[in-house]
Amino acid sequence: MSPANTALERVTQVPGVRGSLLISGTDGLVVAERLMDGIDGRAIAALAGSLIQRLGRATAGAGLRIPTFVHLRGSSGSVLAAPGQNDLVLVALVSLDANLGLARLEMLDAVGRLN
Amino acid sequence: MSNDIRTLTARLAEEPASLAFLELAEALRRRGQLDAAYKVARGGLGRYPGLADAHDLLARILGDQGDLAGAFDAWVEALRVDPMRTSALKGIAFLYFRAGNVADAREHLQRAAEIDPDDQSIGQALARMQSGSGRPVSADAGQPAHGSPAVTPESGDAEPSNGSGDDGLLLVDGNGMRLSGSLRSPRNEEVGDRVAAELAGVSKEATRTARLLGLGGWQAIAVESPEGNLYLVPPTPDTVLLTVREPSLPMARLGLIAERAARDARAWLGVQE
Repeated sequence: MSPANTALERVTQVPGVRGSLLISGTDGLVVAERLMDGIDGRAIAALAGSLIQRLGRATAGAGLRIPTFVHLRGSSGSVLAAPGQNDLVLVALVSLDANLGLARLEMLDAVGRLN
Repeated sequence: MSNDIRTLTARLAEEPASLAFLELAEALRRRGQLDAAYKVARGGLGRYPGLADAHDLLARILGDQGDLAGAFDAWVEALRVDPMRTSALKGIAFLYFRAGNVADAREHLQRAAEIDPDDQSIGQALARMQSGSGRPVSADAGQPAHGSPAVTPESGDAEPSNGSGDDGLLLVDGNGMRLSGSLRSPRNEEVGDRVAAELAGVSKEATRTARLLGLGGWQAIAVESPEGNLYLVPPTPDTVLLTVREPSLPMARLGLIAERAARDARAWLGVQE
């Protein structure tokens, strides 16, 4: 199994994670994905990529380095993102009852191993 | 300032009601002076709200700024004024494609092709979409904007106080203007206005992302960075509140601080809970 797929496998095993994918941060394209049926990876990649870029500009404007972890919380679920090196971003779509703490740790560890 | 921009600025100053704002905003956009381009285009639209060219131009500026939801709305408005406007159809197709909605992207490109069968770029984009390779179409038929630094937005009137007087809290309106609070960088520079300008786009982007991914309305964004943690909440649909603290403060606690500040902001804005 490739390192990317291993990373996705670990993240999707966390309770409440509906899927994870590795995207290219600059152009929002899917590099690898592991998603439940009915979830459009391309849409997640494009939207998450765009949001991460925008947040990156905001943090840069504040004189801070690029984000290491982002959590967008909605009323019905969340998107988590862990930007890594080489423009890769590990993204996960999680439900309301997900173990966010564990998902965060797994994602940071996984993206660290990809670097 | 380049000669063409100086000339266009002078012409617009002499004749504020002229259409020189279109050329000036486009020239600024191409130079990457996106905030200035936005202001000029907005000013022109104030005079000519029924001018499809102006809505189209505004959409391209917003697209360059990363405000894809705003760009979408501006192109929709351009189409409302001029339903035959192929540049708006191509722009919307590009946005649909980015959102993963290939069917609607193709439909808009096909409408553009019917209107202007001689535009080879449309046929090429449809072919690329058919083969599934790369982006089908660029949102911008012209050259992309350069990556020069954005113009710092002008400060508003005297800053109102929400009673907190707290550095590291920033309340921003939907147009990226600072309503209250202040923010300093780790080098102790005042960066409130700059960050405020970016946050309007973040709010729109978050709204769009949460809606399209079936996450409901967005409630918060937590951002971890090596030098500090950021927490964004929308006290009202038209405002964003940013709270920044040291990374040593646990994020969940930062969330509680932000929620309390959001309640204060709503009270300050006169919104009833």
